[in-house]
Amino acid sequence: MIRVVLPAHLRTLARVQDDVELEIQGVVTQRTVLDALEARFPMLRGTIRDHLTQQRRPFLRFFACEEDLSHESPDRPLPEAVARGEEPLLIIGAIAGG
Amino acid sequence: MSGVRLLVGTRKGAFVLTSDGKRDRWEINGPHFAGWEIYHMKGSPADPSRLYASQTSGWFGQLIQRSQDGGKSWEPVDNKFVYDGVAGTHQWYDGTAHPWEFKRVWHLEPSLTDPDTVLAGVEDAALFRTTDGGKSWQELSGLRGHGSGSRWQPGAGGMCLHSIIVDQSNPERIFIAISAAGAFRTDDAGKSWKPINKGLYSKYIPDPTAEVGHCVHHIAMNPARPGVLFMQKHWDVMRSDNAGDSWEKISGNLPTDFGFVIDVHAHEPETIYVVPIKSDSEHFPLDGKLRVYRSRQGGNEWEELSKGLPERDCYVNVLRDAMAVDSLDKCGVYFGTTGGQIYASADAGDTWKAVARDLPGVLSVEVQTLS
Repeated sequence: MIRVVLPAHLRTLARVQDDVELEIQGVVTQRTVLDALEARFPMLRGTIRDHLTQQRRPFLRFFACEEDLSHESPDRPLPEAVARGEEPLLIIGAIAGG
Repeated sequence: MSGVRLLVGTRKGAFVLTSDGKRDRWEINGPHFAGWEIYHMKGSPADPSRLYASQTSGWFGQLIQRSQDGGKSWEPVDNKFVYDGVAGTHQWYDGTAHPWEFKRVWHLEPSLTDPDTVLAGVEDAALFRTTDGGKSWQELSGLRGHGSGSRWQPGAGGMCLHSIIVDQSNPERIFIAISAAGAFRTDDAGKSWKPINKGLYSKYIPDPTAEVGHCVHHIAMNPARPGVLFMQKHWDVMRSDNAGDSWEKISGNLPTDFGFVIDVHAHEPETIYVVPIKSDSEHFPLDGKLRVYRSRQGGNEWEELSKGLPERDCYVNVLRDAMAVDSLDKCGVYFGTTGGQIYASADAGDTWKAVARDLPGVLSVEVQTLS
């Protein structure tokens, strides 16, 4: 199972308390994880990536295994530890505002 | 027993305020969608339990929420707003061409007769409609496509379609307003549109009497007088007696005619309300004294209403969708401030009372009169 950590506002929106666990068939990439996430929680569509372009929203970033994966290709395989479920994919909202 | 329900959108969530017909004691429920900007909430005239809310965030984009129980519980519906065809360009602040980009929904206008049909005014300016209760949204692209879209320009708050008025006597006729393009009207339910800005004079644009380019802040209409429109422009309070074909200035004796809100008494079509703001560079009341102005003559002659409002040291703003009237007798008038206060008058503006003092900055206020 793949583990995904959502920002607090998206946990509230998806009505989950904790990490989300997803079953992914095939290669584990940003795209396949987000596809599975949005299939299970349709209310998250458009909140992490744009509906049409599928681009990551500017104030969100993706981290895993202490690496910033935000600018990686969405089709590049995620780290093995994420694919094995040992480490989560972190979706982080920018700390902005002040 | 009659009552009223105020739907308050703020910078950090939504609040629902309820009272009985006396409108003296209020119960505040919320925040709903805590931490999110709620640009607008509105109830269906056909089913007052059906509410819609525009929920937005710089991080997570746009959501639309729907309630079927008067705001006690909510469910997200579709949030996919895609411009019809090639979106094209409009003018940017510096006059260069800028691609049309969806940012947020400013105003939701449920149908007068069908709870599942709602119009949505968005930034960058366009009009969308759902006919399935928010499960899907389609653009009424005749508005952007009517020819002048490439000359529209954003106001300081963005290029927003913020006002939508459906003519109760003729639902094919809809009025909308865009900052900073102006007002527009359709007479065929949104297929075709015409700019209705004749008589507006905006000295800060290259052609002060241009067909489009005026920074209209809000428009209002009494449903019983569908041909008569009132407008708070950037500067100038305006009136049209011919459904927007031409406008005349009715600022009269107002101490300043800059402002954002304007509304019409529910039972007296010639009684209108504005909240004068000092200027476009100082968005707060003159002399730190918050005052509503009322005209009972349809404009030009205005009286100051300040009983119960702050007399000094008040430096808040009242944004364009943050005033509403109920239809009780006497007419209730409500407005919210950027300082988080909600002021209510149960006597058509003669006296005011703060019914909430410390909410987040208020973006919008709507009222439902419940029987």
